[in-house]
Amino acid sequence: MKYSGGELLLKALKDEGVKFIFGYPGGAALHIYDAIFRQKYVDHILVRHEQGATHAADGYSRATGKPGVVLVTSGPGATNAITGLATAFMDSIPLVVISGQVQSHLIGTDSFQETDMIGVSRPIVKHSYLVQSAEEIPSIVQEAFYIAQTGRPGPVVIDIPKDKTDPLHKYKYKKPAKPYLRSYQPKIKPHPGQIKKAAKAILSSERPVIYAGGGAIYSNAAKELSELNKILKVPVTNTLMGLGVYPAKNKLFLGMLGMHGTYQANMAMHNADLILAVGSRFDDRITNTPSLFAPNAKIIHIDVDPASISKIIKADIPIVGQVKDSLQALIKEIKRSKIKIDTDAIDIWNIQIDKWRKKHGLDHDLYQKKLKSKMIMPQVVVQELYNVTKGNAYVTSDVGQHQMFVAQYYHFNKPRRWINSGGLGTMGFGLPAALGVKLAFPKQEVVCVTGEGSIQMCIQELSTCLQYGLPIKVVNINNEALGMVRQWQDMNYGGRHSASTYQNSLPDFVKLTESYGHVGLKVTKPSNLRKTLEKSFAMKDKLVFIDVLVDPNEHVYPMLVAPNGSMKDMWLSKNKKT
Amino acid sequence: MKRTISILIENKPGALARAVGLFHQRGYNIESLNVAPLTDGTYSRMTVITKGTENVVEQITKQINKLIDVIKVSDLSEGEHHEIELIIFKFIKSKYNTRIQKILRKKKISVIERSDVVTVAIIDENSDFDSLVKSIGKNNIHEIVRSGGVGIHETEKNLNL
Repeated sequence: MKYSGGELLLKALKDEGVKFIFGYPGGAALHIYDAIFRQKYVDHILVRHEQGATHAADGYSRATGKPGVVLVTSGPGATNAITGLATAFMDSIPLVVISGQVQSHLIGTDSFQETDMIGVSRPIVKHSYLVQSAEEIPSIVQEAFYIAQTGRPGPVVIDIPKDKTDPLHKYKYKKPAKPYLRSYQPKIKPHPGQIKKAAKAILSSERPVIYAGGGAIYSNAAKELSELNKILKVPVTNTLMGLGVYPAKNKLFLGMLGMHGTYQANMAMHNADLILAVGSRFDDRITNTPSLFAPNAKIIHIDVDPASISKIIKADIPIVGQVKDSLQALIKEIKRSKIKIDTDAIDIWNIQIDKWRKKHGLDHDLYQKKLKSKMIMPQVVVQELYNVTKGNAYVTSDVGQHQMFVAQYYHFNKPRRWINSGGLGTMGFGLPAALGVKLAFPKQEVVCVTGEGSIQMCIQELSTCLQYGLPIKVVNINNEALGMVRQWQDMNYGGRHSASTYQNSLPDFVKLTESYGHVGLKVTKPSNLRKTLEKSFAMKDKLVFIDVLVDPNEHVYPMLVAPNGSMKDMWLSKNKKT
Repeated sequence: MKRTISILIENKPGALARAVGLFHQRGYNIESLNVAPLTDGTYSRMTVITKGTENVVEQITKQINKLIDVIKVSDLSEGEHHEIELIIFKFIKSKYNTRIQKILRKKKISVIERSDVVTVAIIDENSDFDSLVKSIGKNNIHEIVRSGGVGIHETEKNLNL
């Protein structure tokens, strides 16, 4: 039996266990699309814009841990996939993005729908391939999946000229041997000497904080993290990307840290004598001014990517390795160590943290108090969403104030439940990501929390949801402005709202949703919020878009003071600073 | 501070662009760049001369190492090393006077003479390009080409596959 390049591609994808391809057809990809039509193992999900395809595959990957697969055509198909590639790259998400390319002999001639995809995507991919011959397609696919998933994960592009998938030329298919690359051997096991040093430092500390990020989730290390802290009983904070890796319900959990992190998390970091960074990368939205960061803390940094270590904050004890393996080794070492942690000191530290929590922590019962107010507070929408879904939903978000409110007020107790664009901050991410999650987990509640700004960046995917019967819920926290932009303009630009409002040009989201064939509901009064959310979630087989009109004057607090601030410098409200 | 970084990189299409692109993407500068395939032709050795603080150079080597096509990276400046460059000057014969010949004779050179021009290839071991040009006089030189520095450990230490 012999196969065309397009068929080889599909066979290789099947061998990688691919269930869904998110894509959009076009000239250079048509041989591949014909091969898709003539097989039954891999389902193709037709999105409405290639950006949606990349985010949907990304959401699928974040929720399942498996690589997301995208197929686009050359030229505009490829360039439309760029934002999604950059999003995945920044958050270390394994994607395999296959782009059609013009025929080999036309490359470089400015032919129709030609773009140098390898060149355009180079800075935002982990690796990329331009297929030179059809026969190498299976081994390239296998290598691409291997690279995307191992080490620090990331997106990989495979650009395939149309002539390489032509059904006129047929080849034998042989499942390729396991990939071996002499130039790529990611380190998994941590150095035992470093683990020893780290254990000693942790057990000798009096004010330690565990600061865990997305790397802990991708390494499936939630169990190990909890196990470690059953021994240590020290405070834990999570980054925006790490929420869920340590259960929010645990009393040692400080909430998120950083720019809009909780008071207690930021204060704990600033006053710590030891920070155990676990799969987190000291992003500028965490550290505030690096030279003022945690002045008295010894830093232990576990990361699979050596380039992340000592990039922003110098690590005293670097540990290069998979988070899971490193934590396992650390637990073992701590268990057999003769030094024991000073529980009295840790108690005092935890008491101090509780004081901070009581003083300026977030009010998680806001929803009970604010029912009688005139306008709905955006925070209350998230709190009620949490109540209605009992904290069990997969929640995706877009970017801005609503994203921060979810991070602050939806308590994630499990990893992979909170899906958002943390690194790149891509508006338009939420809806297609939710679509990808729902495909992976059709029986689970999937909610996209968005804003009237972000949702309009990929709203066309409502149509995709109808085609494939994906009854997600969309909660639109509508403040009739680009909220985060306006917050910055309020705080730093004398309240001049340059280009952050729409002057009555917003669509009627209820009618818009209905025209896409779904259910649209609008909430304006606090007293109707809970009921409407409950009603929406009761419609199990319907996509419901809930347009919630909220108080436009709310800001997200706390907020780190910048520039030249440290982590203890926060705005706590519009006129109160620490 | 000037640093000499040696890189072994797969000889695959686009590999060089990835390495060079990375310098620009991350805001590092390249003073000079040299690359050519070695032995079996499956990989190349690059020498990049760059400037940066210790932290910056540490990041450069780590980030370069992350590229899938990069096999090995070494910051030669960490130890004793040779940095050698090939410089070629072309002179209009009438300007290739005894003063210039005297200056160049102190160097390791190879000379190709024609009736109209003289081409002089210089192996520069001391990276004194600027002072060399100055002593010859910029206006006396018809054309210049430099290979960029190539680096190698001075000791037994090597950067092999």
